[in-house]
Amino acid sequence: MRRLAAALAGLLVVGGVAVALSLEPARADSHDLEPGSIERGARLYQAGCATCHGDSGEGVDGWPPIVNAGEASADFQLRTGRMPYAQERGQQAQRKPPAYGEQEIRDLVAFVASLGDGPAIPEVTLDPALLSPGQRLFASNCAPCHGASGNGGALGGGAIAWPLTDAPPLIVAEAMITGPGQMPIFDWPQEDLNATVTYVEYLRSAPSPGGFSIGGIGPVPEGLVAWFVGMAALAAVVYLVGREWDRTGDGG
Amino acid sequence: MFRWLDERLGLAGWARTGLRKVFPDHWSFLFGEVTLFCLVVLVLTGVFLTLFYVPDSTPVVYDGVYLPLHGQTVSAAYASTLDISFEVRAGLVMRQVHHWAALVFVAAIVVHQLRVFFTGAYRRPREINWLVGIGLLVFALAMGITGYSLPDDLLSGTGLRIIHSVIISIPFLGPWIGSLLFGGEFPGHAIISRLFVFHIMLLPALLIGLVGVHLAILWRQKHTQWRGARETESNVVGKAFWPTQVFKSTGLMMLTAAVLALMGGLIQINPVWIYGPFDPTRVSAPAQPDWYVGWLDGALRLFPPIEFTLFGITIPSPFIPGVLLPGLAFGIMTLWPFIESRVTGDNREHHLLDRPRDAPLRTAIGVAALSVFVILTLSAGNDVAAVILNVPLEATTNLLRLAVLVVPIAVGVLTYRVCVELTRREAAAPGGTRPVAVRLRRTADGGFEEVD
Ligand code: HEC
Ligand code: HEC
Repeated sequence: MRRLAAALAGLLVVGGVAVALSLEPARADSHDLEPGSIERGARLYQAGCATCHGDSGEGVDGWPPIVNAGEASADFQLRTGRMPYAQERGQQAQRKPPAYGEQEIRDLVAFVASLGDGPAIPEVTLDPALLSPGQRLFASNCAPCHGASGNGGALGGGAIAWPLTDAPPLIVAEAMITGPGQMPIFDWPQEDLNATVTYVEYLRSAPSPGGFSIGGIGPVPEGLVAWFVGMAALAAVVYLVGREWDRTGDGG
Repeated sequence: MFRWLDERLGLAGWARTGLRKVFPDHWSFLFGEVTLFCLVVLVLTGVFLTLFYVPDSTPVVYDGVYLPLHGQTVSAAYASTLDISFEVRAGLVMRQVHHWAALVFVAAIVVHQLRVFFTGAYRRPREINWLVGIGLLVFALAMGITGYSLPDDLLSGTGLRIIHSVIISIPFLGPWIGSLLFGGEFPGHAIISRLFVFHIMLLPALLIGLVGVHLAILWRQKHTQWRGARETESNVVGKAFWPTQVFKSTGLMMLTAAVLALMGGLIQINPVWIYGPFDPTRVSAPAQPDWYVGWLDGALRLFPPIEFTLFGITIPSPFIPGVLLPGLAFGIMTLWPFIESRVTGDNREHHLLDRPRDAPLRTAIGVAALSVFVILTLSAGNDVAAVILNVPLEATTNLLRLAVLVVPIAVGVLTYRVCVELTRREAAAPGGTRPVAVRLRRTADGGFEEVD
């Protein structure tokens, strides 16, 4: 019987990954250049990006150059809404809903890629067999900034290692090979890249046992729930049990 | 059967007075009972957990059902925690009920203690039970801290590392205590099995023994009560233990257990499988202790990292917030009844409670101290707040530094004002003066003097 329960639990755990795997977005063909894409991208770039990054990505006025940023970086920055940049200079680029539609993003990415020589959009495969190595790589390399559950963390200097809850596999891989903002570059062998991305996807989508999740970031939400759910419920219980008898009021 | 027992043990007389013991009727007296019932739940679930937990930091290869850790080398303690969570029938729910019960247990102690404090229930003759209560709080905290560390996951390991750094910051003795406790350099080979012995034998024995003393003294001294039409300093008004209080308490026990069981069944707590096994080369962020240690962690975070030399001894920076501050806080708390009676010169027996407004200075000091506690506790979550509010970490830290200096004074003054104002309005309201029983004695020269 215990065996059966164990097998069932195992199936659930594996099932979580299976669900995750089927969620992979179909963006595999972004490598193939569509005719006219670069030209359309150039027009969008002139209108929205050139004021900072310059006509050919050289960077003007102290804004960063993006000549060799590459496809991966442009795709990451645009899909996470970081570009166009809209903060005071020197602040961390904010994650926002993307400013451009799917086709426009492809065109812009094609144009930025044509400026110089940067990393292409990586290919990743999710593979449940890589979960355990992925956990290990994540715990050692990503958790110190993003938290063990990938729910984000604060770094010094006002920067935030963003929660990974909204990052689909390709975004994770792009972040790793381009190192946005204060994040280091993780230029790893394909297998390690796959493993890490698989584990991040597992964290995002696998059901976590134990009931309603309150963030999986430990004692802060737990303490709040202990007081404002547990202790509050018990205070109500105490009041009801204690008060009920006040009314009978016949004395002892 | 009862007769048979009575003839041999002579319990009838004892039981008769016991069953007639009078309990006051106000709901605020029940928080102490809730605390006791949390402890009952903790013991029951804790016994279950000890059946499966392995208190051993020896490395083993994890081959259980949780795939993301499959094949990794982890401590036997961590592996057994995973097994309890994924393979032992009802193991996860027991673990979760145990953990929620622990958090709520300490919360209930604090609420109970606040009730006692703000009503002056610790005044003569109940100072001893106040001291016993402080002892209970200390042991409860020690239970929590030792228990938090047992799963040997990355989060609790980070907590242990902080505790270790605080311990070794004590001048002279620190390094020695540290290596004695941990069995060598951090993380040490012995700490898990030692914490286990503390957590399941030593501390529970002390805790439960002290609970016995606490209740025995309560039984002997009888409850305090609110001032009322019939309640005076020299009687106890309320319901008899049997039948009224027995049913009330049984119901309360069931409901307490129900609340804790619901929490354990429905709300995830401490998902150690996500944190991963402890590894001294890794850190986890954000890392917080359970809420009741949060004020100390918060103090460590707010206190500027300065080291200074005093009489040729270097005082490492964790010493002041990590050792001196809690020492001072617990010292003042322990001595409070004696400090108060010294300051007010009131050394009479009190069986009637004060309302908070009746002792404005005490209430103001209590509220101010509470606000320090709350702000320090919040400070332990400064990194989480920075992410959620999307503001720089340094900004939250500086704001909290300012708050911990200013807010206590502000709320203290405000509380004092409110208390005084409430009393004034009450006295001014027609018929609003509350009944105060005053006994007068005729003195030899024909005047009157008050006696209590
Ligand atoms: C207001 C000025 C501004 C505008 C407009 C702007 N950017 Fe940027 N861009 C920046 C800054 C500043 C950074 C560096 C951000 C960081 O450090 O996170 C950056 C970084 C980038 C990067 C990453 C560079 C690297 O080395 O990987 C790319 C790619 C990029 N921008 C593309 C674009 C595109 C495409 C547009 C137009 C849609 C755009 N930017 C509009 C200011 C701007
Ligand atoms: C030194 C701390 C640090 C480490 C280590 C780190 N990151 Fe990051 N990460 C950041 C910061 C900071 C950002 C935000 C970047 C910006 O300012 O645009 C970020 C952003 C990201 C994003 C984008 C999230 C989004 O939805 O916009 C992903 C995905 C990501 N990181 C994945 C990883 C992975 C996977 C690893 C481990 C291989 C990792 N990071 C390691 C600091 C770190």
